[in-house]
Amino acid sequence: MAARGGSAELLIEGVGKRFGDVVALDHVSLSVAQGELLTILGPSGSGKTTLLKVVAGFETPDGGTVKVGGTDISALPPARRDIGMVFQNYALFPHLSVKANVAFPLEMRNVAKPETERRVAEALAMVELAGYEARLPKQLSGGQQQRVALARAIVFNPRLLLLDEPFGALDRKLRETMQLEVRRLQRRLGLTTIFITHDQEEALVLSDRIAVMNKGTIQQIATTTEIYERPANDFVADFVGESNIFHGTMSAPGAVTLDGGRTLVVRSDRQAGAKVGVLMRPERFASGGTNQFAGEVIESVYLGTSFKLRLACEGGLELLVRQPARGALPAAGAKVAVGIDPEAIHVF
Amino acid sequence: MFSSRSGFWPALPALILLLVFFLFPVVRMLGFSVEAGTLDWYAKALGEGLYLRVLWNTFEIALLVTLFCLLLGYPLGFLMATTTPFWATMGFIFVLLPLWTSVLVRTYAWMVLLGRNGVFNRMLMEAGITSDPIPLLHNFTGVLIGMVHVLLPYMVLPIYGAVRKVDPAIPAAAAGLGASNWRIFWRVWMPLTLNGVFAGCVLVFVLSLGFYITPALLGGGRVIMIAVLIEQQVREALNWPFAAALSAVLLAATFAVYTLAQRFTQPETAR
Repeated sequence: MAARGGSAELLIEGVGKRFGDVVALDHVSLSVAQGELLTILGPSGSGKTTLLKVVAGFETPDGGTVKVGGTDISALPPARRDIGMVFQNYALFPHLSVKANVAFPLEMRNVAKPETERRVAEALAMVELAGYEARLPKQLSGGQQQRVALARAIVFNPRLLLLDEPFGALDRKLRETMQLEVRRLQRRLGLTTIFITHDQEEALVLSDRIAVMNKGTIQQIATTTEIYERPANDFVADFVGESNIFHGTMSAPGAVTLDGGRTLVVRSDRQAGAKVGVLMRPERFASGGTNQFAGEVIESVYLGTSFKLRLACEGGLELLVRQPARGALPAAGAKVAVGIDPEAIHVF
Repeated sequence: MFSSRSGFWPALPALILLLVFFLFPVVRMLGFSVEAGTLDWYAKALGEGLYLRVLWNTFEIALLVTLFCLLLGYPLGFLMATTTPFWATMGFIFVLLPLWTSVLVRTYAWMVLLGRNGVFNRMLMEAGITSDPIPLLHNFTGVLIGMVHVLLPYMVLPIYGAVRKVDPAIPAAAAGLGASNWRIFWRVWMPLTLNGVFAGCVLVFVLSLGFYITPALLGGGRVIMIAVLIEQQVREALNWPFAAALSAVLLAATFAVYTLAQRFTQPETAR
């Protein structure tokens, strides 16, 4: 579903970067297909921003190459990379009008005046800011500033669009609107895009594929469903979404004995004796199911559409469970039984 | 002017001090200039060629000092604001240390350096660049060098502040959008730091107008600026009314420059 053209538009190979003793990027390799939106998801300090800076040319890597459309751009200065970027705080030119801001990259490329006029108008129309040409950035709301930054980043038909946590400063509702808008625009223009965020929900909404980063390495690159349903390791399972993660050993084909002693029926072709991790998403529990858990409610929260329960089960297991909000919210101390089917348990 | 009644009282002691020991003497001094009931002293100050030349001299020196301070101060302030913390600290030491040293001491130091047998001339002659000492002291050049040195911090600090205030992502964004360093400077840095440049220029220019010690010592009586003239009138000619009239002219000129500058300092105008 990811690639439109199929060819790798952006190719990062073995990029490393150290700051003193800190390894910011540890031989990172990834490729982004033409027209694809790839999200780099990770906590702060994971190296995602450094990676973006390397691609944009603001940071020189210690090793490795960055190729766009087959050409090695590692040695080019930012000004000659033809990459559009939306910064965290937009970095609009405060002394220039909206129009002059958007015209800036064209001006730098010595585009003729009528052509500039036409393209600026086009870009502003695309982000629904026609009529705001004469305003200064400080006369705009956060969402409007973001649109200007976006128009400025796409007006010169860049080879690549980079988005550095662009929604962080917006309130929740506006953020959701902008996310969808960016997604629509990106699809319409077929722009190869890298999006940086620490917000896993945002990553799931926007991306074709997600690369989860931690400590300077890529933990997993996969489609959004793959990342959520079949995470590769503890970090990904824990970082993306709510999760119940346990460790254990395959006691027989299709059975895991958890470290606490409880045995679960699972779908897995891992060999008996293998050490494995087990992930159960809170919303995958139901009242019935092959694997039954009886427990006592420690904590219960009403979330409108669902109840979020923390259960203490036999064998010292603690489970996070989401149930559709029907009836009364179970109080702390109440006895609750839940179950989960083997298909809903991910073994890694 | 005061946001609340209680906000006024803490300022009272300082206000009284200024009223009694500053405003009153100034008004009193200005009174001297019109004591005779005529504006004759003003006519003399602004009408006679000799004194007009002094006034012109003063403005010319102030302008040149401002220009040279700007040419030296912008790169220095810019560098200090964008370099590593270590070099920024070094820069601050070298900019601020002179500022904390007495102007008198610094001026005497320049006399030692610039004299006929001063350090500079000896170095130049030993290097064979010149056979005779170049006159650097008791002339226009000497006054200019000394004043630029003394006033440079007043240019560097506002510019440093203005550069520091610019979000580093903004010039980075300009680079990413295809701007060369040259264009980043003229299209981004310059307009965004213009306020600091203006503040520095006004400070240096206004301070130059009334500068006394440095032109008096390095000019050696041959470069007369208005403050030097006023001192001569008070101490040597004992002509207090004329000195008062000259002071009033200086005060008016300073106010005029300040007001003009205020009018032109409009933050971040649109294009």
